[in-house]
Amino acid sequence: MIELSHFLTVAAILFVTGIFGIFLNRKNVIIILMSIELMLLAVNINMVAFSAHLGDLVGQVFTLFILTVAAAEAAIGLAILVCFFRNTGTIAVEDINVMKG
Amino acid sequence: MGFATFAFYMFSTVAVISGFLVIFARNPVHSVLWLILAFFSAAGLFVLLGAEFVAMLMLIVYVGAVAVLFLFVVMMLDVDFAELKAGMAKYLPVGLLIGLVLLIQLGFAFGAWEVTDEMLSMRQAVTPAPEVTENTAALGMLIYTRYVFLFQVAGLILLVAMIGAIVLTLRHREGVKRQSVVSQMYRDPKEAVELLDIKPGQGA
Repeated sequence: MIELSHFLTVAAILFVTGIFGIFLNRKNVIIILMSIELMLLAVNINMVAFSAHLGDLVGQVFTLFILTVAAAEAAIGLAILVCFFRNTGTIAVEDINVMKG
Repeated sequence: MGFATFAFYMFSTVAVISGFLVIFARNPVHSVLWLILAFFSAAGLFVLLGAEFVAMLMLIVYVGAVAVLFLFVVMMLDVDFAELKAGMAKYLPVGLLIGLVLLIQLGFAFGAWEVTDEMLSMRQAVTPAPEVTENTAALGMLIYTRYVFLFQVAGLILLVAMIGAIVLTLRHREGVKRQSVVSQMYRDPKEAVELLDIKPGQGA
C-alpha cells in the first residue's frame, strides 16, 4: 500500500495550485471558481486518504458532503456570474464593486 | 515497483500537471478540460485508496455536472478573455511567494503531526473488510443510519441551490410572445365571437 504522506503531498500541491490560481488570475472570476474547485478536490483527497489509512469510514462520508456543497457552490456562483454579466457586460473582478442591481 | 505504485505516480503526476494547466491555460475552455482531467486522475487515486463509490461519485458529479456547467457558462459569456489575462505577470511573484509560504506551513504541520496511540479505539465507524461488505454498501449503511439527518440537509442545500440558480438567471424579456394558459382558459365565447346578420348584397 502506498504511504499516506504520498497522498498528502499530492493534495498539498493541488491545494497550493488552487491558491496560486486565485492570485494569478485575479481578474477572471471563472478561473477563480475553478481554482476553488481544485482546492476542494485537494481536501477530498486528504479526507479519503486519511479514511483509507486509519480504517475509518467517516472520512468518505464527509467527502460526500463536501462534494454536495461544492456542487451547490459552483451552481450558485456561476448563476451570480451570468446575472452579473447580463447587467454589466463584464466579468472582471475589479468591476464588481457596486452593491446595487 | 508494483502496479499500484506505478498507477499512483501516474495519476498523481497527471493530476498535478493538469491542475497547473487549469491556471495557466490561455483559453478558459481548455482550463475546464484540464479540470476534467484533474478530476479523472483524482478519481483514479480514490480507486487506489479503495473508495470506489466516492470515485464514481466524483466522476458523475464533477465531470458530469459541475464541469459541464462551467463549460456552458464559459461558452455562453461573450468576454474577451485575453484582456482578462493581461497583467498576469504582475501577480506572479506575490502568488508564488504566498504559495510557497503555504506549502512550507503545510510541511511544518505534517512534520509535527503524529498518530496517537489510542487512534484505533477512537475511530467512529470502522471500515469493514472488503470481503465482508463492499465500499458502497458500507457507506450506504452509514449514511442512511447515523448520518441520515446530514444527508437530508445535503439534499436541502442542493434544493436551495437549484431554486437560487433558477431565480437568479430567469428573466422575462419584453416584447416576446409567449403562451398564457390562464388567459386562454378564461376566454369567453361571448366576448371572442361576434355573430353578425348580414343582408344579401351588403358588406359587414
